[in-house]
Amino acid sequence: MKFNLKVYCEKTRLKDIRDFITEKLKAYTQDELEINQMVLAVDEVCANLIIHSNYCNANEAINLEVEVNEKGVIFEITDQGKKFNFKEYKEPSLQEVVKARKKGGIGLMLVQRIMDKVEFSSKEKRNVCTLYKQFSK
Amino acid sequence: MIDIEITEEDNISIISVGGDVDASSSIHLDEALRKLVEDSAVKYILIDCTRLEYISSAGLGVFMSYIDDFKTKNIRMVLFGLSNKVMNVFQILGLDQLLYIVPGKKEAKEKLHEVQS
Repeated sequence: MKFNLKVYCEKTRLKDIRDFITEKLKAYTQDELEINQMVLAVDEVCANLIIHSNYCNANEAINLEVEVNEKGVIFEITDQGKKFNFKEYKEPSLQEVVKARKKGGIGLMLVQRIMDKVEFSSKEKRNVCTLYKQFSK
Repeated sequence: MIDIEITEEDNISIISVGGDVDASSSIHLDEALRKLVEDSAVKYILIDCTRLEYISSAGLGVFMSYIDDFKTKNIRMVLFGLSNKVMNVFQILGLDQLLYIVPGKKEAKEKLHEVQS
C-alpha cells in the first residue's frame, strides 16, 4: 500500500507527520518500539528539511510517501528547498557534540542507526530522501 | 504539545516534562533547564519523564548541551520515569551512558546522593 501526506514547512506540522506514520504502520507491525523508531527517523529528516532546507517557510511544502507491506517500509520524502549533500556529511562523535554544547547534530545519526538504508538525491530542483526498513518480525 | 512544570522538593529542582519534545517544542525544555543551570543556588535537578510521550534528537540535544555545564557548575541531574519507547531513543546513540537515568523518583533521589559522593 502507498500513502501520501503533504505538509507545509512549519515545525508545528511535525506532529501531523508522526501521527500519520504511526497510524499507517500500526496495520503492519505491533512492535511499539519499532514503530516509534521509524516515526523518529522520518521526524528527524522532515525537521531537517523544514528548518535547514526550507527555513521554516510555510509557503514551501514537503511530501511524504509511505510504501508499506508486511515485510517492511520505504519512506520517500521530497522537497524543493536547499540541497543536502549527504556525501559531504561527516558524523560527529557524541563527545564532539557534548563539547560543542550544540543542541543539534545528532538527528541524522539517529536516522542512520535506525534505518537499513538512507539515500539522498537531487535532480533539478527536486530533492528526495529515501529511507528503507525491514520489519524485524 | 509540551507541558513543563518546575517544582522544588528538599533542595532538589524537579522539571516534569509532559507530551512531545521535538524540534518545535524543545526550546521550552531548554529554557526550563537553562533557568536552573544559571541559578547558582541549584545543585540538584531531577527530570521527571513519567508524562513524556515522545522525544526526538532536539530533546536529546538539550540534555547533551548542558553536560559540560553540569560538570563545571557541579550540578547533578538525574532522569527518571522514562517509558520503554522514550528510553529506547536514549539508548540508540548510547546517551543512557552519558546521562544518569533510573526507573523511579526514589531511585533518582538516591542517585543524586550517589553521584554526589
